[in-house]
Amino acid sequence: MHREEVVEGSPGGGARFAPGDAALVAPEGLDEMLAALARLGYETSGPTVRGGAVVPGPVASIEDLPAGWHDEQSPGRYRLEHGEDGSLFSWAVGPGSFKPELFPPVHELWQARRDGEGRVEFVAGRGSSRSKKRAFFGARPCELAALSVLDRVLVDCATPDPFYEGVRRGAVLVVAECGAPASTCFCTSMGGGPEAVAGFDLALTELTDGDHRFLVRVGSALGAEVLTLVTTRPVTAADVAAREAVTERARSAMDGRFDAAGLAELLAGNIEHPRWQEVSERCLACGNCTLVCPTCFCSDVRDTTDLSGTVHRTRSWASCFDRDHSYLHGGPVRVSVASRYRQWLTHKLSSWWDQFGTSGCVGCGRCITWCPVGIDMRAEAAAVCSPASPARHDRLAQPEPRRPTGADVPAGAEEKEALP
Amino acid sequence: MSTTRPSLAVFKFTSCDGCQLSLLDCEDELLELARAVRIAKFAQMSRALVEGPYDIALVEGSVTTARDAERVKEIRASSRQLVTIGACASAGGIQALRNFVPAGSYTGVVYAHPEYISSLATSTPISSHVDVDFELHGCPIDRHQLLEVITALLAGRRPVVRGYSVCQECKARGTVCLLVARGTACMGPVTRAGCGGLCPAVGRGCFGCFGPADTVNTGSLAARLRRDGMQARDVARLFKTFNAAAPEFRVQSAAEEAAGEEGRG
Repeated sequence: MHREEVVEGSPGGGARFAPGDAALVAPEGLDEMLAALARLGYETSGPTVRGGAVVPGPVASIEDLPAGWHDEQSPGRYRLEHGEDGSLFSWAVGPGSFKPELFPPVHELWQARRDGEGRVEFVAGRGSSRSKKRAFFGARPCELAALSVLDRVLVDCATPDPFYEGVRRGAVLVVAECGAPASTCFCTSMGGGPEAVAGFDLALTELTDGDHRFLVRVGSALGAEVLTLVTTRPVTAADVAAREAVTERARSAMDGRFDAAGLAELLAGNIEHPRWQEVSERCLACGNCTLVCPTCFCSDVRDTTDLSGTVHRTRSWASCFDRDHSYLHGGPVRVSVASRYRQWLTHKLSSWWDQFGTSGCVGCGRCITWCPVGIDMRAEAAAVCSPASPARHDRLAQPEPRRPTGADVPAGAEEKEALP
Repeated sequence: MSTTRPSLAVFKFTSCDGCQLSLLDCEDELLELARAVRIAKFAQMSRALVEGPYDIALVEGSVTTARDAERVKEIRASSRQLVTIGACASAGGIQALRNFVPAGSYTGVVYAHPEYISSLATSTPISSHVDVDFELHGCPIDRHQLLEVITALLAGRRPVVRGYSVCQECKARGTVCLLVARGTACMGPVTRAGCGGLCPAVGRGCFGCFGPADTVNTGSLAARLRRDGMQARDVARLFKTFNAAAPEFRVQSAAEEAAGEEGRG
């Protein structure tokens, strides 16, 4: 995959490419690339600045990309700042991933109604009509890793999700390799890295030493077809070295941030650790971590009726932090927030391996940045895997403190214990 | 056919009428609704009044007078399903701020002739007085949720009205978190969904109109706001609006006010 053959470039496109080839593209070449995708019938989503963050949105030209924007991320905090450098990809992932394009937050699956003779008629839901030809432009390698995790869950199973599979199979993936990881990034600990290794159609590396340019590697025949429509130059040994310097700098910035070795077993062996209770005193149970996670796939399917008698079956995102997520007959199984936090973290890092043969975490760090109270799952996992004081192990088994009712709840009546 | 349609009645206690107007706000569905139910009593729409009993009673407003407390029992007795609509009926409303001060403190400030006012010392939700079949939250309620509850009751199914946080609605519509990306104070993480994440979508932190979510940790959110530099008394104000008397919010505003006092002392 790492073959970087030097091929002849061609102004105005026209050079022939094959998977494994590489070429150099000027910033204006990305405009040609976006135009080529549109010409081939793809609806392109890529990085845009909206609401003070870099989030996926429609992109038609490089004007839509986050030129000069840099992010600063820490637990519970995200800020964008504008520099004058004009770089297009000097940021780490924001709150949005490409997951909603393949697995929409709300998706009407079908409708059913009875005709005059009492026969039930089914029709496709409103959620199924969007074009399945999508291009995901500027996806980070961690997004790619997340999609391959989701593939195992939603496609490589007994009942594949037809919408996800349809979009996924038809999608063009143009990856932007990572040169500016945030403090919350730790993909290298989770088996990933700033380089795109496989599963892409085209991989861009932004080079800002000297003239602003992109080293583009071809990952598929489709990628080759797209690059054929773009003005390219040959790659030199200096460009190859510059790319390596970019990704190496990103990798060394992240290395050692999180020790995931043996984590699956350690977490599974510490399900009664007092840290679960402690973190639940900070956790809002708001569900943000699961909603920004590019691999969380839980959904809730509900049937509703309208006044005309039509039945609507709708699938919506669900979060294991919701009280009703574990609702069985008579009530929820995971009553305490501690048990919900434990469910989430142990699933991501431990039982996902048993279920799907991979980690459920790709190290993108979204759950850390976008937790409103800045809970860093790396710190929580590390604490749970450290020797515990056994004193409060029985607390998880206790029911949630009764919700206060009536008008006479005294100030500060919440039960709070001092931390050990 | 029309005689077998279930009857719907709308009742008002202490409130601004905004929630019952949500019913009239269902413009596209109103005719369909009128075909599905017999609107037996709805003063905002018609002076015609059909006597009870009623199949579905929508009750707006909180109980603030002795007469209210009697009337709510009569309504309960003549209604098969009683649904409270809005923050007043479901949590006591903004007028429950009186619950925090000695009786009569506000009457003199608000009314030119407080001697004409005869009211209870507290504003309480309908559920403090009678059994309630379903509580719709919000200030005002969301008309889609109102239609969902009515439709579900007609179909004999459980309404799909969720108790998770507003954050889930922000994420579903792609709103970037104001608290994380701008440091804007936002009640979203402790507030029940239902509005669709309306205010954060236009850059304003959640006001908490829908009251506490199913699971809340108000203390942790308050601690974050104080870490960001917000004064405890200002944090208390966030929790003391339309759902001030909801138990979870009440506890937190009291804790913040106590902390504020301590800070000054």
